[in-house]
Amino acid sequence: MEQQYLDLYKAQHESIKKHSAKVMNNLRDAAFSQFEKLGFPTVALENYKYTDLKEPLSIDYGLNINRIPIPVNPYDVFKCDVPGIHSYLYFVVNDGFYPVSDPRNSKLPDGVIIGSVKEVATLHPELLQDYFGKLSSTKEDGLIAFNGAFAQDGFFMYIPENVILDKPVQLVNIMRADVDFMAVSHNLIILEKGAKAQLLVCDHTVDEVRFLSNRVTEVFVAENATYEHYKLENAHNKTTNLSTLLIKQQASSNVLANVITLHNGLTHNMIEIDVDGEHCETELCGMVIADKNQQVDNFTSIIHNKPNCSSRELFKYVLDDSSKGAFTGKLYVAKDAQKTAAFQTNRNILLKKTAKMRTKPQLEIYADDVKCSHGATIGSLDETAKFYMQARGISEEEARLLLMFAFTNDVIENIRIPALQDRMKILVEKRLRGELSKCEGCVICQ
Amino acid sequence: MSTDILNEVTQTDYKYGFTTDIETDIIPIGLNEDVVRLISSKKNEPEWMLEFRLKAYRHWLTMKLPDWAHLNIPEIDYQSIAYYAAPRINAPKSLDEVDPELLKTFEKLGIPLHERMALSGIAVDAVMDSVSVKTTFKESLSELGIIFCSFSEAVENHPDLVKKYMSSVVPYTDNFFATLNCAVFSDGSFVYIPKGVRCPMELSTYFRINAMNTGQFERTLIVADEDSYVSYLEGCTAPMRDENQLHAAIVEIVAMKNAEVKYSTVQNWYPGDKNGVGGIYNFVTKRGICKGAYSKISWTQVETGSAITWKYPSCILLGDNSSAEFYSVAVTNHHQQADTGTKMLHIGKNTTSHILSKGISAGLSQNSYRGLVKINPAAENARNFSQCDSLLLGDKCGAHTFPYMEVNNDTAIVEHEATTSKINEDQIFYCNQRGISTEDAVGLIVNGYAKEVLNKLPMEFAVEAQKLLQITLEGSVG
Amino acid sequence: MLEIKNLHANINGKEILKGLSLTVNAGEIHAIMGPNGAGKSTLASVLTGNPAFTVTEGEVTFNAKNLLELTPENRSREGIFLSFQYPVEIPGVSMVNFMRTAVNEHRKYKKLEPMSATDFLRMQREKKELVEMDNKLANRSVNEGFSGGEKKRNEIFQMAMLDPMLSILDETDSGLDIDALRIVANGVNKLKRSDNASIVITHYQRLLDYIVPDFVHVLYDGRIVKSGGKELALELEERGYDWIKKEVDGE
Repeated sequence: MEQQYLDLYKAQHESIKKHSAKVMNNLRDAAFSQFEKLGFPTVALENYKYTDLKEPLSIDYGLNINRIPIPVNPYDVFKCDVPGIHSYLYFVVNDGFYPVSDPRNSKLPDGVIIGSVKEVATLHPELLQDYFGKLSSTKEDGLIAFNGAFAQDGFFMYIPENVILDKPVQLVNIMRADVDFMAVSHNLIILEKGAKAQLLVCDHTVDEVRFLSNRVTEVFVAENATYEHYKLENAHNKTTNLSTLLIKQQASSNVLANVITLHNGLTHNMIEIDVDGEHCETELCGMVIADKNQQVDNFTSIIHNKPNCSSRELFKYVLDDSSKGAFTGKLYVAKDAQKTAAFQTNRNILLKKTAKMRTKPQLEIYADDVKCSHGATIGSLDETAKFYMQARGISEEEARLLLMFAFTNDVIENIRIPALQDRMKILVEKRLRGELSKCEGCVICQ
Repeated sequence: MSTDILNEVTQTDYKYGFTTDIETDIIPIGLNEDVVRLISSKKNEPEWMLEFRLKAYRHWLTMKLPDWAHLNIPEIDYQSIAYYAAPRINAPKSLDEVDPELLKTFEKLGIPLHERMALSGIAVDAVMDSVSVKTTFKESLSELGIIFCSFSEAVENHPDLVKKYMSSVVPYTDNFFATLNCAVFSDGSFVYIPKGVRCPMELSTYFRINAMNTGQFERTLIVADEDSYVSYLEGCTAPMRDENQLHAAIVEIVAMKNAEVKYSTVQNWYPGDKNGVGGIYNFVTKRGICKGAYSKISWTQVETGSAITWKYPSCILLGDNSSAEFYSVAVTNHHQQADTGTKMLHIGKNTTSHILSKGISAGLSQNSYRGLVKINPAAENARNFSQCDSLLLGDKCGAHTFPYMEVNNDTAIVEHEATTSKINEDQIFYCNQRGISTEDAVGLIVNGYAKEVLNKLPMEFAVEAQKLLQITLEGSVG
Repeated sequence: MLEIKNLHANINGKEILKGLSLTVNAGEIHAIMGPNGAGKSTLASVLTGNPAFTVTEGEVTFNAKNLLELTPENRSREGIFLSFQYPVEIPGVSMVNFMRTAVNEHRKYKKLEPMSATDFLRMQREKKELVEMDNKLANRSVNEGFSGGEKKRNEIFQMAMLDPMLSILDETDSGLDIDALRIVANGVNKLKRSDNASIVITHYQRLLDYIVPDFVHVLYDGRIVKSGGKELALELEERGYDWIKKEVDGE
């Protein structure tokens, strides 16, 4: 499986580098030898115990190494915006930043930079130098190493000191290709001290071919900064999403990450939040609605390195048909991280006999003055509640929907953008009703 | 809490740290096929048993030490261990023939070997180093058809039962330490409760490592036939020695239809001194199978000893409506490391399991709960509830929780809750205000914290366990 | 019996007591009143040696001993009892076991033999009647699942068991209905003798209808700013604390 990529790199590394940026190329050969050593992850590894990548990785995908522009007008294919959301709207097609930003976008505040890594690397190399790859290159992971070897570009966002972005940034990833396609990208987000930003990432597929996306996102949140990261997966079920989100928090910063999988084929989200300053607040939540043969694995860790921080983690899964869910929640409290308050909850509902859930909450605690807890449940809908509603005249089907909706609601409540919250409520309800939540123009298989 | 008091209070001596000066038949150190054959011949075993041992030994050679546990295991040189040591005795017929030194040992341990201790109502099998020394009450139990004897005797006298059930729950290929045990196990206890019999007394085995440089590899097999009941207790102690000693045991339980087995352990192997020198490496495979419908297995353990504990008493819930319980208190202090928990495999319909684990870490110790709850696709209406609490005393220890839940059936309800916190200073102050010293307050609070589990122990053990908790934690708080 | 001189104490660096002085003699009941945040509960905590508080200045002598040098448990054994404002729950530890340990620790301190189980149970039965405490409570874990009133009665029961020289009742009336208040106050009154003393900390006057004080002190901003007889409590009830605040702040 690895061989074709090893050969490809050896034959094409000049072209790969030519169409990328120096800051990425600097780390490329090291990442490649790491990949040579590690190969793709297998189920023998604890981090991939519940996600078998053999099948999706055996497909012969095309890569756009020579960065040939994809003929697409995002406005033709993407008509789903969030009503009333007023955002700064940007597009990524496969793994390339769509060069034109939305004409309706108002002017960004002074100093804010949004663009492609490749482009910013030539204009402001100093901005990337201290950050790019600093989190990802320390990880022993075959997929991250692969990303380091093959990613040629990515999304870049920079918010200078004390700048507050008045509107969320919306980044729409559109997957479009005529052959089975692999997109490899590496995003970088930097918030300086006291900065504030919200990013909403949406994934969509517009062609019926098989897609695999390998995406690494690094986020640096400096002192007193506030960052909200929303990821909404709404792709067709021949899509494999392998994403890594690495966040580093400095003192008194506040981070919210909310990852929602409404529809996809196979998802493996690795999320690691490294809390490296005192008095930080961290909120990590997510929701999965899966049916058919979908598979979603959220592999999360929150690492408390410094005292006086709090974190809250909440993940909810609704699994129907033969879908498979997996959740790992690692809470690590280092020796000196006294007064840490960390709470984690994972709740899961299986709707059919054939659905499967694996959950693995984990507490690793080396400090004594802490309050930490986790709770996990796997079960089905509350029959007594359902009956109670039926006794009040609500149909069984409607009662089920109400219960499922109520079940997922607290994840939606954690969205701090009201328009997005409203939109999510509608999408989730549609999804639960089995109506296609696809946006016009997206292709979601039946 | 100030650390000054912590330094002031010195560690209480390990109460069971004496050695017994007794003639011991010990074979040279090292492990190879000849050693396996030697052990088998010393025990006059039949050919089938030797074959089993050799099969296990050959498989063991292909295995590697597991590394998934949250433990730092120093390299063990398997060639520097003696695999068989026996107090030199010729099968005593009555208690008078037993070496008086040996009797003294068991008296020091407070084990009622003598039949005049009948009042205590416990039947005891005592295992020193590698062999079973004496089983009490054998005759009165046999009137009920109950077999309670050493494993060697069972091989000799009840070969059909041993052949049928030995290794039926823990296969010889199971894991590194279990396989090693299958190759070199020396003795242990065997229990068979016939159909419809309720064992009238607690059955108990005391394990004692005495000789130097020896490993202890015992195996216990308990078979409870239909509609039977037995409660079994296991206690362990060892002398204080500077070197580490290896203990790799197997316990297998088979519960047939409507049978119930309660298995309680108070594990107090020598934990090493306060600097982490010496102590037992305790690698134990314990597993039960609820084979018949409505059968029940309950594991209760109080783990206070050993330098390293690696132990997961588990249950296979095969029979419909069967149930299993796991209650555990694990205390670690100084340099002790414990990675312990359970596995509950739900296969039958309407099966239930309950897990309650209380970890207490002090000093520089590391204490982990590791558990798996797995619901198979056919296990309709399975239920599990797990609760794992960790209490931290001091800022240099660690408490970790690694639960795995794998659910393959939508009618299952699996719930897990875990908390980690430090000992509550308000509670300590409240006790102080009533005139109770901090040390005693910690003892009270920890015993209260562990009470739900201690309550599951038979009376005699509960008292001992409470004292043990207190002793293990002495000097751990200030 | 108790002499407090110029006591200063802080918690996490924040000064709460700012030079408090007070003398309590045997046979006396002192009421300490004052607005929220004046330092009333801090005084109780400091006298009993709660490690959360640090004494920075001043001295406290109790029966000629330097109280501040004693550990919390030895202060208790010397005869200081605190009825906690918020009694702590200790799951799994039965009241009987808890109280027996405490009583025997006190006896050990006085070089007395531990009490036999029968004597202890008899004493427990007697003292329980004093606060009309339900038998069932004694078998439960310390304060766990007790109602507010039960917790306060349990405090007075423990006070009866330990027979202190000086009892400090910290807001014992908070959260009590009128019946419970009467029961608790009755218990306290029955325990009163000429050789012991009490400090009653309260926010409201109503408890003092039942436990009649010899002296009333007003604690404000970490000091006692006014002392008087029981009529001072009535005046405070009528006029509130603002006039005192004005008097002090106006200085």
